[in-house]
Amino acid sequence: MIELAFWILALIVVGTAAAVVLLRDIFRAALLLILCFFTVAGIYITLNADFLAAVQVLIYAGAIGVLLIFAIMLTRNLKEGNPFNRLKLPALIVALLFLATVIGVVVSTNWATVTGVSQAVEMPVDQPTTGYIATALFDQSKGFVLPFEIASVLLLAALIGAIVLVKDRS
Amino acid sequence: MHFGLEHYLILSAVMFSIGLYGALAKRNAVAILMCIEIMLNAVNIALVAFSRYLVPNAVLLTGQVFAIFIITVAAAEAAVGLAIIIAIYRSRQSVDVEQADLMKG
Repeated sequence: MIELAFWILALIVVGTAAAVVLLRDIFRAALLLILCFFTVAGIYITLNADFLAAVQVLIYAGAIGVLLIFAIMLTRNLKEGNPFNRLKLPALIVALLFLATVIGVVVSTNWATVTGVSQAVEMPVDQPTTGYIATALFDQSKGFVLPFEIASVLLLAALIGAIVLVKDRS
Repeated sequence: MHFGLEHYLILSAVMFSIGLYGALAKRNAVAILMCIEIMLNAVNIALVAFSRYLVPNAVLLTGQVFAIFIITVAAAEAAVGLAIIIAIYRSRQSVDVEQADLMKG
């Protein structure tokens, strides 16, 4: 069941991602990218990550998708579309070499040997993840409280930086 | 091959390579940013797959916490990146990265 869902979702993810790169019309590319984000949320569900799937839909498909379409509307150059630059062939070679390397490593590694993770927060399969993620983030001894605070400062800096960058100086 | 971690990692690698190809080969700055988002999503899939499959019969949540931080940074990056693109478009009337060569020596 999960296997079938995985194959369908994986096909849609790869297809939409390839279409984003290959399509001439950048607006259609952006819409397919949003579909790609939704499908990635489905893949999170096949991995028992329900909270992350919700976050993916809200932030990627919602916020980042709208932001991208907004930027395309503001900067669209209709006659140019979405062309390739002169690095088309070298970039393809680099990407394929990278893909071959990573697939080789993934296939030849014995992942079952990984042990010694008892420090981290675990949860049983088929449970809602939200409460466990809260424990994993904010636990006193093994949590991520300082990175959480730094992330909030980063968001504030990005907020102010974006406003300063697009402010009209004249 | 038994269905498991490898499938997700290979899907993640394929998606990352597509994003890498687009980020290197596109001329429109917004398209490059979109391809970077594809790459970040690919990394997130790998992290969540590790968190699900490294420990048998349990979910190790550190990978999901890392994925949440990546989503946060990706949101900040998209906001600042699109602001820079709009600022460039305002001064040069183009989002073609080959024409944005002001800092070329």
